[in-house]
Amino acid sequence: MAGLLGRLSRRSSFPVSGHGIRMFSTVEHVSENGKSMNLYSAINQALHIALETDPRSYVFGEDVGFGGVFRCTTGLAERFGKSRVFNTPLCEQGIVGFGIGLAAMGNRVIAEIQFADYIFPAFDQIVNEAAKFRYRSGNQFNCGGLTIRAPYGAVGHGGHYHSQSPEAFFCHVPGIKVVIPRSPREAKGLLLSSIRDPNPVVFFEPKWLYRQAVEDVPEDDYMIPLSEAEVIREGSDITLVGWGAQLTIMEQACLDAEKEGISCELIDLKTLIPWDKEIVETSVRKTGRLLISHEAPVTGGFGAEIAATIVERCFLRLEAPVSRVCGLDTPFPLVFEPFYMPTKNKILDAIKSTVNY
Amino acid sequence: MAIWFARSRSLVSSLRQNLGLSAILIKRDYSPRPIISKSFLGPVTSHRHESTAVEKHPDLVQPSDEEDVLELDFPGGKVGYTSEMKFIPESTSHRVPCYRVFDKNGRIIPNSDFIPVSEKLAVKMYEQMATLQVMDHIFYEAQRQGRISFYLTSVGEEAINIASAAALSPDDVILPQYREPGVLLWRGFTLEEFANQCFGNKADYGKGRQMPIHYGSNRHNYLTVSSPIATQLPQAAGVGYSLKMEKKNACAVTFIGDGGTSEGDFHAGLNFAAVMEAPVVFICRNNGWAISTHISEQFRSDGIVVKGQAYGIRSIRVDGNDALAVYSAVRSAREMAVTEQRPVLIEAMTYRVGHHSTSDDSTKYRAADEIQYWKMSRNPVNRFKKWVEDNGWWSEEDESKLRSNTRKQLLQAIQVAEKWEKQPLTELFNDVYDVKPKNLEEQEVGLKALVEKRPEDYPPGFHV
Repeated sequence: MAGLLGRLSRRSSFPVSGHGIRMFSTVEHVSENGKSMNLYSAINQALHIALETDPRSYVFGEDVGFGGVFRCTTGLAERFGKSRVFNTPLCEQGIVGFGIGLAAMGNRVIAEIQFADYIFPAFDQIVNEAAKFRYRSGNQFNCGGLTIRAPYGAVGHGGHYHSQSPEAFFCHVPGIKVVIPRSPREAKGLLLSSIRDPNPVVFFEPKWLYRQAVEDVPEDDYMIPLSEAEVIREGSDITLVGWGAQLTIMEQACLDAEKEGISCELIDLKTLIPWDKEIVETSVRKTGRLLISHEAPVTGGFGAEIAATIVERCFLRLEAPVSRVCGLDTPFPLVFEPFYMPTKNKILDAIKSTVNY
Repeated sequence: MAIWFARSRSLVSSLRQNLGLSAILIKRDYSPRPIISKSFLGPVTSHRHESTAVEKHPDLVQPSDEEDVLELDFPGGKVGYTSEMKFIPESTSHRVPCYRVFDKNGRIIPNSDFIPVSEKLAVKMYEQMATLQVMDHIFYEAQRQGRISFYLTSVGEEAINIASAAALSPDDVILPQYREPGVLLWRGFTLEEFANQCFGNKADYGKGRQMPIHYGSNRHNYLTVSSPIATQLPQAAGVGYSLKMEKKNACAVTFIGDGGTSEGDFHAGLNFAAVMEAPVVFICRNNGWAISTHISEQFRSDGIVVKGQAYGIRSIRVDGNDALAVYSAVRSAREMAVTEQRPVLIEAMTYRVGHHSTSDDSTKYRAADEIQYWKMSRNPVNRFKKWVEDNGWWSEEDESKLRSNTRKQLLQAIQVAEKWEKQPLTELFNDVYDVKPKNLEEQEVGLKALVEKRPEDYPPGFHV
């Protein structure tokens, strides 16, 4: 069922998920699977639907009024008015704090942090406030309507402060959910689920794919469930687990490995907390091997959590050590980015050494 | 940020040419993406370019008419020019005066500007201030006896607590710091409910998860206290904005201490409320001390009141130990916030007569006679009591009856609260999310088995 990814700039090459309702439309350029669009357009469509379907929903953040620096909020202010879609002062702790207050009053709140690299001033509001709002009040209050969107990850020229993948920090915080989509279709369905989930969600968008990833996206209102991972490529020799933009690189490695006779199973985790352990466990019980790959630094990355869990659950079934192909333990570098990244060939080599262990 | 992006792109691009990296990068397209960068940089760079050009060529912008000579037409509006190079001084020659109604003996100063209160309201205000005093005294002692783990009094700040609460509508949403239990008391949270929270028992709405004094009640529009300082301020802006959008006849009211104004969230909260034109009343209890840190070590401004104007927020300094002044200021601020849809800042000057908390001994860092002065000469409860007594609305008999009854009720509440069992163990795992996820289900099963295996390792009183 997995499609051929090839180069990212090619169109319609993403694995097609079984989720979502098929669209039947007479509009031009619309296939039975929906309209061909890139990831930022899919996000934009999800935001349109969210605002359309709930009059008590709001979208705000730095520069979102004119459409956002990545164009994700294009047309929203014009359509839904500046009281529901608006610019905020340049202050991340303010954006999230304001969002918590708005959500605590029963609204659906979609707050944008312009880059995940700049989410840290809001860390206290997310960790100490949003995540504990329900628990500390004995469920008298909650800010479950809050979704924080932030573009994350490498983009080829972002250096320290436009490239980071800070997901692991948030995976250590009970009370929030962390979601990362891999493609336009997934982005739309997962974002709508996140917005409507009654818990605060941090939704990281792979900015590398905003324009590069294009696939058919159903135009209707559909949701993809959270905390359910998906096998996007079936295989028998080794299980690969990843999320977001890294899956495209992993898929290329799977294809190259296949040429060398290695059958790889690729899993998109989608929701990092609370994560779907069962699907990974089932796969590793079948393959006996596990490789995890993410852009964030290897030490303390979420890959460590997956490795530990699978070793606990599948120790006797494992035929090789769990392999992690991740970012280096350095700040995200500019000119050294090609060296820092968990590239296709790094993954391919790790697949081979794990299979031949 | 955008500049960095532009630079980094060209840097990568030139390095790629120099180092021949493109061969390495073939597998992942590292080349700059004109479409992304164009939209990313477009509006920002064009602005920058224009302003830079003007700066470099001042001779090109010779004033062509009278208006240009007098005013700078800036995106934020027109600003008048001056030829005088004059820095704004760091402070005004006179400190912002403190609005009061009472003299130190609880007599209304002639020609004072205040909102009258009826006998009924005045008596209720006094009763609640006295009740808060008794509650603080008894809970403090209960902590000293080891019956509760922690406590924090409002001694010296009773007028701010009660008079502000009295000035508000029950629909106004409170986002407290932690030294404002009087607001909740005013709204009808019972002494039993306070006791249940402090004991963290089965009847505690917070289910025993937070330290004593972290009260919260959705019935009373009082959001649950959280320990981090100032986090409630930007949240108040969001709450206020919601009330505005729903066209409610209500505002958000949030409290903070003087130390809290140094937090980034203070800035965030005031600035967001101002920009979003949200009905929020910010009440700062400037009590002189943030644990052991004196206000002279906290900021160099004339307190907090002067900060309002910098945010475009109307503000007032009020004697926080003058219940009538607090009542009048908060009620007026509340009216402005709701009818004009704007935030208002109140700095209430007061003194933390008690220690910061039961974990603190404030005699180690401040003079005993300073505490004594505020406790005796500036006591807000005594001052208000004199006024209600002078009006013939309160007698010594009323006083002893109230204090004795409250004391009895509290001791009873403590006895009952102490005997209540704790929340069942399952409440450890509930409410992390709306529905318990699998990892928590597994951990719950594991923990219950462990407790059954080694009950001696765990405190008694928990239903497993």
